[in-house]
Amino acid sequence: MSNILNISPAPHVFAKDTTRSLMLDVIIALSPALIASVYFFGYGAIIVTLTSVVSCLIFEYLIQKYILKGPVSITDGSAVVTGLLLAFNLPSNLPVFIIIIGSLVSIGIAKMTFGGLGNNPFNPALVGRVFLLISFPVQMTSWPVPSGFNTGYSDAVTGATPLALVKEGLKNGESVSSLMDQVPTHMQMFYGHMGGSMGEVAAAALILGLIYMLIRKTITWHIPFAVLGSIAAFTAILWLINPEKNADPAFHLLTGGVMLGAIFMATDYVTSPMSFKGMIIFGIGIGVLTVIIRVFGAYPEGVSFAILIMNAFVPLMNKYIKPKRYGEEVTNG
Amino acid sequence: MIKTFPWGGTHPPENKITAGSKIIYPPLPSSVSIPLSQHAGIPAVPVVAKGDKVLTGQLIAKAGGFISANIHSSVSGVVTKIDKITDSSGYKQEAVIIEVSGDEWIDTVDRDPGIKREILLSGDEILSKCLESGIVGLGGAAFPTNVKLKVPPGKKCELLIINGVECEPYLTSDHRMMLEKGEEIIIGILIMMKALNVKKGMIGIENNKPDAIEHLSNLCKSIGEITVHPLKVKYPQGGEKQLIKALINREVPSGGLPVDVGVVVQNISTAFAVYEAVQKNKPLIDRVVTITGKTLATPSNYMVRFGTSVQELIDVSGGLPGNTGKIINGGPMMGKAVITTSVPVVKATSGVIVLSTEESLRRPVTSCIRCGKCVTGCALKLEPYLLMELSRKDLFERAEAERITDCCECGSCSFICPASRPLLDYIRLGKSQVLRNKRERILQKNKAS
Repeated sequence: MSNILNISPAPHVFAKDTTRSLMLDVIIALSPALIASVYFFGYGAIIVTLTSVVSCLIFEYLIQKYILKGPVSITDGSAVVTGLLLAFNLPSNLPVFIIIIGSLVSIGIAKMTFGGLGNNPFNPALVGRVFLLISFPVQMTSWPVPSGFNTGYSDAVTGATPLALVKEGLKNGESVSSLMDQVPTHMQMFYGHMGGSMGEVAAAALILGLIYMLIRKTITWHIPFAVLGSIAAFTAILWLINPEKNADPAFHLLTGGVMLGAIFMATDYVTSPMSFKGMIIFGIGIGVLTVIIRVFGAYPEGVSFAILIMNAFVPLMNKYIKPKRYGEEVTNG
Repeated sequence: MIKTFPWGGTHPPENKITAGSKIIYPPLPSSVSIPLSQHAGIPAVPVVAKGDKVLTGQLIAKAGGFISANIHSSVSGVVTKIDKITDSSGYKQEAVIIEVSGDEWIDTVDRDPGIKREILLSGDEILSKCLESGIVGLGGAAFPTNVKLKVPPGKKCELLIINGVECEPYLTSDHRMMLEKGEEIIIGILIMMKALNVKKGMIGIENNKPDAIEHLSNLCKSIGEITVHPLKVKYPQGGEKQLIKALINREVPSGGLPVDVGVVVQNISTAFAVYEAVQKNKPLIDRVVTITGKTLATPSNYMVRFGTSVQELIDVSGGLPGNTGKIINGGPMMGKAVITTSVPVVKATSGVIVLSTEESLRRPVTSCIRCGKCVTGCALKLEPYLLMELSRKDLFERAEAERITDCCECGSCSFICPASRPLLDYIRLGKSQVLRNKRERILQKNKAS
């Protein structure tokens, strides 16, 4: 017997998926929305994305190498995903130094202080975004009007998002039907022809990404459908009660960060629950909080806050919302 | 709608390379090492000594207790010694080593190839015949069949389920048995139904074996009591609990047995062994073993006499490939990696898989990304990531509360983990410690009272 045999406990075969391949799938799923935002916002989208991704990678490398003095794992793709998602949550005319600060907060504070990939309680990209929103409220809420490569970067013409317009209008006592004439049509919003964060506008492209991830089984349907379903249901109730004071469900689904949040932010593995039951409750929580913030809160948009608030409940949900074990409750016969 | 169990499970690549190769009867080896413990329970006690001449089918070791099994010589020849050998788990255990000369059978065995259909024995006689012939479950656990076929007092059995799922990748021994020994298997099922005194039998087969489903369905047409059920391919459907859930939507209670929900589950090859024992008076001395692997020259299914070394089988399959990294006794999901090719084929050996060096290495472990794939992949709805952490931190009481002992060690969690975390390794560790703690508690309680 010349061969030396390897010994290990079963199983002896493993699925092809690795952390890196899953991250690559997310990146592929994000690419239609990235292409759409370049189409709508031109060079600005490219500058914001590149700055965000590159600085996320650099910060992760520097922290792992020189502060933690441990192995460097920037090739697992998670920093690229964080960088892309952060960029998607920013206006396409944001100055480079603000983006770099956002990346530092995302990677340095939200991710690495907790121990890196897998240990962060809050979605890093959203922590970065909310930090910037509070620190640079003017720059973070001046949205370029989409006009392709004519949009420009620092000289972009800016305007309000449909959500902000409607919120402001309702506060001034205007009716929903008159406000709807001032915002793009539902079809335009579906394709993404409106002001907003660079990656959140194109619902159609984001849904393409969702379909890809569902086919590849990168994520399951539970979180995105729970978020979208609960937003649709909640806003439909409000709309039916008073259609002149509340926008219709389709408007709520297509505007702001709902699609991006439901499909890519809430489904972040690390910060979402482990079980299907937990995922659905998590999704409904996000949907309900989003609508509460949008309709009754001070901000026109609430997806980021809703997701971060629900992130905080994930450890509790993992502890108390257990799958019902096989044979636990036997109802045979 | 084609049936399967409702949650969890994985789809490892099937790699059923040998599905089309007929069962081959390989040449007899020059010597066999027959271990005394090839079954669940107490090892058998040898009744032969060094220098004894034995015949094929002769009893060489008697059951050592209630849960134990008789062991018969698989060859004719001379006992050269009773010595410790390495078994497939890597432990040393007692075995009877016989030098082969010819193939002379004991005269009580009916070696006529014709099929004997009429079942003459009574239920009790069938049970004692199974005990006498050393029949154990051939699906992997090797639990004595006569014990399993005896319904405990106070319990009621109404259904016999036959496991033709063969959900482990690579293995095709049950598949070939169904195709080539279908009629004998059906008679074996009827015999077991008679012993259990049940009127209903169900055969579950995954639909990656359409030829077997068709063949057995045709054979069952004239017999009303047995029905064949195609199942959607999903691992670990061959587990008793999953198979019962898939076929009749009942759940075996935690810590219970299938008979608690009125079911006994037996394997396809066991049905054949029961047929041979009851109708032909042939003790359990051989079984079909799949010798396979992507690098092997001629992977095949062999009818192997127990005690034949794995090396011998690899030799007839084209020899050990140069880049072999691992040899598995059993399937790739639950089988054991052997430390040497000298280990013998025993009653529970359903296959031998040769993996190349590249296939045999585990990927480096990375951080848990909390993707939840282990939770949603667990067919028993446990939380493998949590059980691993609890075992790692010695929190065995909590692990017990999270029902670590329910784990059937199917390996789906470790298989699916994108971070290649050794989930099942730690769960096994925790499980054994929890079981030890449970035993100690019982001992202390007994001492106190």
